[in-house]
Amino acid sequence: MSHDTTSVPQADTAHDSGQQHPIGLYLKVWGYLFVLSAMSYAVDYFEVHGIMRWLLIVTFMLLKAGLIVSIFMHMAWERLSLVYAILVPPLVLLVLVRIMVYESDYIFWTRAIFMDGGG
Amino acid sequence: MSQAIATSGQADDITAGLREVTEDWSADQEVFRHTHWGKAMMWIFLLSDTFIFSCFLTSYMTMRTSATMPWPNAAEVFALTIGGQSIPLILIAIMTFVLISSSGTMAMAVNFGYRRDRKKTAALMVATALFGAMFVGMQAFEWTKLIEEGVRPWGNPMGAPQFGASFFMITGFHGFHVTCGVIMLLIIAHKVFRGDYDRSGDYSAVEIGGLYWHFVDLVWVFIFAFFYLW
Repeated sequence: MSHDTTSVPQADTAHDSGQQHPIGLYLKVWGYLFVLSAMSYAVDYFEVHGIMRWLLIVTFMLLKAGLIVSIFMHMAWERLSLVYAILVPPLVLLVLVRIMVYESDYIFWTRAIFMDGGG
Repeated sequence: MSQAIATSGQADDITAGLREVTEDWSADQEVFRHTHWGKAMMWIFLLSDTFIFSCFLTSYMTMRTSATMPWPNAAEVFALTIGGQSIPLILIAIMTFVLISSSGTMAMAVNFGYRRDRKKTAALMVATALFGAMFVGMQAFEWTKLIEEGVRPWGNPMGAPQFGASFFMITGFHGFHVTCGVIMLLIIAHKVFRGDYDRSGDYSAVEIGGLYWHFVDLVWVFIFAFFYLW
Protein backbone atom coordinates (compact mmCIF):
# COMPACT_ATOMS: atom_id res chain seq x y z
CA MET A 1 0.00 0.00 0.00
CA SER A 2 2.88 2.34 -0.59
CA HIS A 3 1.41 4.18 -3.53
CA ASP A 4 2.25 7.80 -3.96
CA THR A 5 -1.14 9.46 -3.77
CA THR A 6 0.23 12.88 -4.65
CA SER A 7 1.61 11.84 -8.03
CA VAL A 8 -0.19 12.87 -11.17
CA PRO A 9 -2.52 10.08 -12.35
CA GLN A 10 -0.89 8.14 -15.13
CA ALA A 11 -2.56 6.70 -18.17
CA ASP A 12 -4.37 3.49 -17.37
CA THR A 13 -1.53 1.37 -18.66
CA ALA A 14 0.41 2.50 -15.59
CA HIS A 15 -1.62 0.25 -13.29
CA ASP A 16 -0.06 -1.25 -10.23
CA SER A 17 2.47 -2.99 -12.40
CA GLY A 18 5.61 -4.43 -11.05
CA GLN A 19 3.95 -7.15 -8.95
CA GLN A 20 7.31 -8.86 -9.16
CA HIS A 21 6.90 -11.48 -6.53
CA PRO A 22 9.28 -14.41 -6.44
CA ILE A 23 7.91 -17.69 -7.81
CA GLY A 24 8.68 -19.23 -4.44
CA LEU A 25 5.83 -17.24 -2.88
CA TYR A 26 3.31 -18.91 -5.20
CA LEU A 27 4.79 -22.35 -4.61
CA LYS A 28 4.56 -21.78 -0.87
CA VAL A 29 0.89 -20.70 -1.08
CA TRP A 30 0.23 -23.67 -3.35
CA GLY A 31 1.72 -25.93 -0.66
CA TYR A 32 -0.39 -24.30 2.09
CA LEU A 33 -3.55 -24.79 0.01
CA PHE A 34 -2.67 -28.46 -0.49
CA VAL A 35 -2.11 -28.97 3.23
CA LEU A 36 -5.33 -27.15 4.15
CA SER A 37 -7.34 -29.20 1.64
CA ALA A 38 -5.81 -32.40 2.92
CA MET A 39 -6.70 -31.36 6.46
CA SER A 40 -10.32 -30.62 5.57
CA TYR A 41 -10.50 -33.98 3.80
CA ALA A 42 -9.05 -35.58 6.93
CA VAL A 43 -11.92 -34.07 8.95
CA ASP A 44 -14.29 -36.13 6.80
CA TYR A 45 -12.07 -39.21 6.58
CA PHE A 46 -11.65 -39.53 10.34
CA GLU A 47 -15.35 -38.78 10.83
CA VAL A 48 -15.06 -35.84 13.18
CA HIS A 49 -18.59 -34.87 14.16
CA GLY A 50 -20.47 -32.19 16.02
CA ILE A 51 -19.29 -28.65 16.64
CA MET A 52 -15.65 -29.59 16.05
CA ARG A 53 -16.48 -30.69 12.51
CA TRP A 54 -17.95 -27.45 11.30
CA LEU A 55 -15.49 -25.37 13.27
CA LEU A 56 -12.60 -27.09 11.47
CA ILE A 57 -14.30 -27.05 8.06
CA VAL A 58 -15.12 -23.34 8.25
CA THR A 59 -11.65 -22.45 9.55
CA PHE A 60 -9.87 -24.32 6.74
CA MET A 61 -12.31 -22.90 4.19
CA LEU A 62 -11.74 -19.30 5.29
CA LEU A 63 -7.96 -19.77 5.39
CA LYS A 64 -7.95 -21.19 1.86
CA ALA A 65 -10.24 -18.44 0.58
CA GLY A 66 -8.02 -15.81 2.22
CA LEU A 67 -4.87 -17.21 0.65
CA ILE A 68 -6.42 -17.41 -2.81
CA VAL A 69 -7.86 -13.89 -2.71
CA SER A 70 -4.93 -12.11 -1.10
CA ILE A 71 -1.96 -13.82 -2.78
CA PHE A 72 -3.16 -15.51 -5.98
CA MET A 73 -5.58 -12.71 -6.87
CA HIS A 74 -3.11 -10.07 -5.66
CA MET A 75 -5.70 -8.43 -3.41
CA ALA A 76 -2.98 -7.80 -0.80
CA TRP A 77 -1.25 -5.39 -3.18
CA GLU A 78 -4.28 -3.61 -4.62
CA ARG A 79 -5.33 -0.07 -3.78
CA LEU A 80 -7.59 0.13 -0.76
CA SER A 81 -10.47 1.69 -2.74
CA LEU A 82 -10.63 -1.42 -4.93
CA VAL A 83 -10.25 -3.76 -1.96
CA TYR A 84 -13.15 -2.15 -0.11
CA ALA A 85 -15.32 -1.99 -3.24
CA ILE A 86 -14.95 -5.76 -3.66
CA LEU A 87 -14.88 -7.06 -0.10
CA VAL A 88 -17.51 -4.92 1.63
CA PRO A 89 -20.63 -5.56 -0.58
CA PRO A 90 -20.65 -9.37 -0.02
CA LEU A 91 -21.15 -8.73 3.70
CA VAL A 92 -24.86 -8.00 3.01
CA LEU A 93 -25.13 -11.70 2.14
CA LEU A 94 -24.97 -12.39 5.85
CA VAL A 95 -28.33 -10.61 6.12
CA LEU A 96 -29.76 -12.90 3.43
CA VAL A 97 -28.41 -15.97 5.22
CA ARG A 98 -29.95 -14.83 8.49
CA ILE A 99 -33.35 -14.19 6.87
CA MET A 100 -33.29 -17.61 5.23
CA VAL A 101 -32.37 -19.36 8.49
CA TYR A 102 -35.62 -18.08 10.02
CA GLU A 103 -37.54 -18.88 6.85
CA SER A 104 -36.32 -22.47 6.63
CA ASP A 105 -37.04 -23.04 10.30
CA TYR A 106 -40.60 -21.90 9.66
CA ILE A 107 -40.95 -24.16 6.61
CA PHE A 108 -39.52 -27.12 8.51
CA TRP A 109 -42.07 -26.84 11.32
CA THR A 110 -44.91 -26.16 8.89
CA ARG A 111 -44.05 -29.42 7.13
CA ALA A 112 -43.56 -31.34 10.33
CA ILE A 113 -46.77 -30.17 12.02
CA PHE A 114 -49.27 -29.68 9.20
CA MET A 115 -48.07 -31.94 6.39
CA ASP A 116 -47.12 -35.11 8.25
CA GLY A 117 -43.45 -34.49 7.54
CA GLY A 118 -44.02 -34.28 3.79
CA GLY A 119 -44.63 -31.37 1.47
CA MET B 1 -5.88 15.19 16.15
CA SER B 2 -3.46 13.81 13.63
CA GLN B 3 -0.65 14.32 16.14
CA ALA B 4 -2.41 12.07 18.62
CA ILE B 5 -2.92 9.31 16.08
CA ALA B 6 0.59 9.53 14.74
CA THR B 7 1.99 8.24 18.02
CA SER B 8 1.70 4.71 16.71
CA GLY B 9 3.02 3.68 13.31
CA GLN B 10 0.19 1.20 12.85
CA ALA B 11 -2.50 3.83 13.37
CA ASP B 12 -0.63 6.12 11.02
CA ASP B 13 -0.71 3.48 8.29
CA ILE B 14 -4.46 3.05 8.73
CA THR B 15 -5.09 6.81 8.54
CA ALA B 16 -2.98 7.07 5.42
CA GLY B 17 -4.89 4.17 3.88
CA LEU B 18 -8.27 5.65 4.72
CA ARG B 19 -7.17 9.03 3.40
CA GLU B 20 -6.25 7.34 0.12
CA VAL B 21 -9.69 5.68 -0.07
CA THR B 22 -11.43 8.99 0.64
CA GLU B 23 -9.38 10.78 -1.99
CA ASP B 24 -10.07 8.11 -4.60
CA TRP B 25 -13.82 8.08 -4.00
CA SER B 26 -14.34 11.82 -3.52
CA ALA B 27 -12.16 13.01 -6.38
CA ASP B 28 -14.21 14.18 -9.31
CA GLN B 29 -12.84 11.50 -11.61
CA GLU B 30 -12.72 7.74 -12.00
CA VAL B 31 -12.23 5.93 -8.70
CA PHE B 32 -10.21 3.10 -10.19
CA ARG B 33 -7.97 5.24 -12.37
CA HIS B 34 -4.85 3.52 -10.98
CA THR B 35 -6.16 0.15 -12.02
CA HIS B 36 -6.27 -1.27 -15.53
CA TRP B 37 -9.88 -0.88 -16.70
CA GLY B 38 -10.13 -4.53 -17.67
CA LYS B 39 -9.01 -5.60 -14.24
CA ALA B 40 -11.53 -3.33 -12.51
CA MET B 41 -14.32 -4.66 -14.73
CA MET B 42 -13.30 -8.26 -14.10
CA TRP B 43 -13.40 -7.62 -10.36
CA ILE B 44 -16.88 -6.13 -10.65
CA PHE B 45 -18.02 -9.11 -12.71
CA LEU B 46 -16.58 -11.44 -10.10
CA LEU B 47 -18.42 -9.52 -7.41
CA SER B 48 -21.71 -10.11 -9.22
CA ASP B 49 -20.77 -13.77 -9.68
CA THR B 50 -20.12 -13.96 -5.94
CA PHE B 51 -23.73 -12.96 -5.40
CA ILE B 52 -25.00 -15.59 -7.83
CA PHE B 53 -23.09 -18.42 -6.18
CA SER B 54 -24.03 -17.11 -2.74
CA CYS B 55 -27.69 -17.25 -3.74
CA PHE B 56 -27.23 -20.89 -4.79
CA LEU B 57 -25.46 -21.79 -1.58
CA THR B 58 -28.01 -19.93 0.54
CA SER B 59 -30.90 -21.68 -1.19
CA TYR B 60 -29.08 -24.98 -0.63
CA MET B 61 -28.86 -24.11 3.06
CA THR B 62 -32.58 -23.25 3.11
CA MET B 63 -33.57 -26.49 1.37
CA ARG B 64 -31.35 -28.62 3.56
CA THR B 65 -32.47 -27.16 6.88
CA SER B 66 -36.15 -27.21 5.89
CA ALA B 67 -36.10 -30.80 4.59
CA THR B 68 -38.00 -33.20 6.79
CA MET B 69 -36.43 -36.29 5.22
CA PRO B 70 -32.83 -37.10 6.15
CA TRP B 71 -30.19 -35.49 3.95
CA PRO B 72 -28.04 -38.02 2.04
CA ASN B 73 -24.60 -38.53 3.58
CA ALA B 74 -22.16 -36.97 1.09
CA ALA B 75 -19.27 -39.12 2.33
CA GLU B 76 -21.18 -42.25 1.26
CA VAL B 77 -22.81 -40.85 -1.87
CA PHE B 78 -19.47 -39.70 -3.28
CA ALA B 79 -17.44 -42.69 -2.14
CA LEU B 80 -15.51 -44.66 -4.73
CA THR B 81 -14.43 -48.28 -4.59
CA ILE B 82 -10.74 -48.49 -5.39
CA GLY B 83 -8.98 -51.83 -5.11
CA GLY B 84 -11.97 -53.43 -3.42
CA GLN B 85 -12.01 -50.76 -0.70
CA SER B 86 -14.63 -48.02 -0.42
CA ILE B 87 -12.93 -44.65 0.17
CA PRO B 88 -15.26 -41.80 1.15
CA LEU B 89 -15.29 -38.64 -0.94
CA ILE B 90 -12.06 -39.59 -2.73
CA LEU B 91 -13.08 -38.29 -6.16
CA ILE B 92 -14.03 -34.91 -4.70
CA ALA B 93 -10.71 -34.73 -2.86
CA ILE B 94 -8.81 -35.43 -6.10
CA MET B 95 -10.91 -32.81 -7.91
CA THR B 96 -10.04 -30.30 -5.19
CA PHE B 97 -6.32 -30.97 -5.53
CA VAL B 98 -6.52 -30.74 -9.33
CA LEU B 99 -8.26 -27.36 -9.17
CA ILE B 100 -5.80 -26.02 -6.58
CA SER B 101 -2.91 -27.15 -8.77
CA SER B 102 -4.46 -25.34 -11.73
CA SER B 103 -4.64 -22.21 -9.60
CA GLY B 104 -0.97 -22.62 -8.72
CA THR B 105 0.12 -22.90 -12.36
CA MET B 106 -2.12 -19.95 -13.24
CA ALA B 107 -0.54 -17.76 -10.55
CA MET B 108 2.88 -18.59 -11.97
CA ALA B 109 1.66 -17.88 -15.51
CA VAL B 110 0.59 -14.40 -14.38
CA ASN B 111 4.00 -13.91 -12.80
CA PHE B 112 5.84 -14.87 -15.99
CA GLY B 113 3.44 -12.61 -17.86
CA TYR B 114 4.70 -9.66 -15.84
CA ARG B 115 8.23 -10.69 -16.79
CA ARG B 116 7.15 -10.86 -20.44
CA ASP B 117 8.31 -14.45 -20.72
CA ARG B 118 6.15 -15.42 -23.67
CA LYS B 119 6.82 -19.17 -23.84
CA LYS B 120 6.66 -19.94 -20.12
CA THR B 121 3.43 -17.92 -19.74
CA ALA B 122 1.76 -19.76 -22.61
CA ALA B 123 2.97 -23.17 -21.41
CA LEU B 124 1.74 -22.59 -17.85
CA MET B 125 -1.63 -21.39 -19.13
CA VAL B 126 -2.02 -24.51 -21.25
CA ALA B 127 -1.14 -26.58 -18.17
CA THR B 128 -3.83 -24.69 -16.24
CA ALA B 129 -6.37 -25.39 -18.99
CA LEU B 130 -5.43 -29.10 -18.94
CA PHE B 131 -6.01 -29.27 -15.18
CA GLY B 132 -9.32 -27.51 -15.73
CA ALA B 133 -10.36 -29.97 -18.44
CA MET B 134 -9.37 -32.81 -16.12
CA PHE B 135 -11.62 -31.33 -13.44
CA VAL B 136 -14.59 -31.07 -15.81
CA GLY B 137 -13.95 -34.66 -16.95
CA MET B 138 -14.07 -35.93 -13.39
CA GLN B 139 -17.21 -33.94 -12.78
CA ALA B 140 -18.85 -35.52 -15.83
CA PHE B 141 -17.88 -38.92 -14.40
CA GLU B 142 -19.42 -37.99 -11.05
CA TRP B 143 -22.66 -36.81 -12.70
CA THR B 144 -22.89 -40.02 -14.73
CA LYS B 145 -22.38 -42.13 -11.62
CA LEU B 146 -25.08 -40.28 -9.67
CA ILE B 147 -27.55 -40.33 -12.54
CA GLU B 148 -27.04 -44.08 -12.89
CA GLU B 149 -27.73 -44.45 -9.18
CA GLY B 150 -31.08 -42.75 -9.74
CA VAL B 151 -30.35 -39.24 -8.48
CA ARG B 152 -32.64 -36.74 -10.21
CA PRO B 153 -33.35 -33.05 -9.58
CA TRP B 154 -36.73 -34.06 -8.13
CA GLY B 155 -35.72 -37.09 -6.09
CA ASN B 156 -33.19 -39.74 -5.21
CA PRO B 157 -33.10 -43.13 -3.47
CA MET B 158 -30.93 -41.93 -0.55
CA GLY B 159 -33.14 -39.38 1.16
CA ALA B 160 -34.34 -35.80 0.86
CA PRO B 161 -35.43 -35.08 -2.74
CA GLN B 162 -33.91 -31.57 -2.51
CA PHE B 163 -30.43 -33.13 -2.62
CA GLY B 164 -30.50 -33.71 -6.38
CA ALA B 165 -31.75 -30.20 -7.15
CA SER B 166 -28.97 -28.56 -5.13
CA PHE B 167 -26.30 -30.91 -6.43
CA PHE B 168 -27.05 -30.49 -10.13
CA MET B 169 -27.64 -26.75 -9.86
CA ILE B 170 -24.54 -25.86 -7.83
CA THR B 171 -21.97 -28.22 -9.37
CA GLY B 172 -23.49 -27.72 -12.83
CA PHE B 173 -23.13 -23.96 -12.66
CA HIS B 174 -19.62 -24.27 -11.29
CA GLY B 175 -18.67 -26.79 -13.97
CA PHE B 176 -20.03 -24.42 -16.59
CA HIS B 177 -17.75 -21.70 -15.19
CA VAL B 178 -14.75 -24.04 -15.35
CA THR B 179 -15.60 -24.98 -18.95
CA CYS B 180 -15.81 -21.32 -19.99
CA GLY B 181 -12.55 -20.70 -18.14
CA VAL B 182 -10.76 -23.48 -20.02
CA ILE B 183 -11.87 -22.02 -23.36
CA MET B 184 -10.84 -18.52 -22.28
CA LEU B 185 -7.43 -19.74 -21.06
CA LEU B 186 -6.73 -21.53 -24.33
CA ILE B 187 -7.62 -18.42 -26.35
CA ILE B 188 -5.41 -16.16 -24.22
CA ALA B 189 -2.57 -18.73 -24.21
CA HIS B 190 -2.74 -18.85 -28.00
CA LYS B 191 -2.52 -15.05 -28.16
CA VAL B 192 0.39 -15.02 -25.73
CA PHE B 193 2.25 -17.63 -27.74
CA ARG B 194 1.59 -15.76 -31.00
CA GLY B 195 3.17 -12.67 -29.44
CA ASP B 196 0.11 -10.42 -29.56
CA TYR B 197 0.83 -8.99 -26.12
CA ASP B 198 4.52 -8.42 -26.89
CA ARG B 199 3.45 -6.24 -29.81
CA SER B 200 0.89 -4.27 -27.79
CA GLY B 201 3.21 -4.23 -24.77
CA ASP B 202 0.32 -5.05 -22.47
CA TYR B 203 0.16 -8.43 -20.76
CA SER B 204 -2.81 -7.58 -18.51
CA ALA B 205 -5.08 -10.05 -20.34
CA VAL B 206 -3.14 -12.82 -18.63
CA GLU B 207 -3.70 -11.31 -15.21
CA ILE B 208 -7.40 -10.65 -15.89
CA GLY B 209 -7.90 -14.22 -17.11
CA GLY B 210 -6.05 -15.35 -14.02
CA LEU B 211 -8.44 -13.45 -11.76
CA TYR B 212 -11.37 -15.32 -13.29
CA TRP B 213 -9.61 -18.66 -12.91
CA HIS B 214 -8.71 -18.09 -9.26
CA PHE B 215 -12.31 -17.10 -8.63
CA VAL B 216 -13.51 -20.44 -10.01
CA ASP B 217 -11.12 -22.13 -7.59
CA LEU B 218 -12.38 -19.89 -4.79
CA VAL B 219 -15.99 -20.89 -5.42
CA TRP B 220 -14.97 -24.55 -5.30
CA VAL B 221 -13.45 -23.98 -1.84
CA PHE B 222 -16.90 -22.95 -0.58
CA ILE B 223 -18.77 -25.72 -2.45
CA PHE B 224 -16.32 -28.31 -1.12
CA ALA B 225 -16.83 -27.12 2.45
CA PHE B 226 -20.58 -26.56 2.44
CA PHE B 227 -21.89 -29.15 0.03
CA TYR B 228 -19.49 -32.08 0.33
CA LEU B 229 -18.07 -31.85 3.84
CA TRP B 230 -20.94 -30.38 5.85
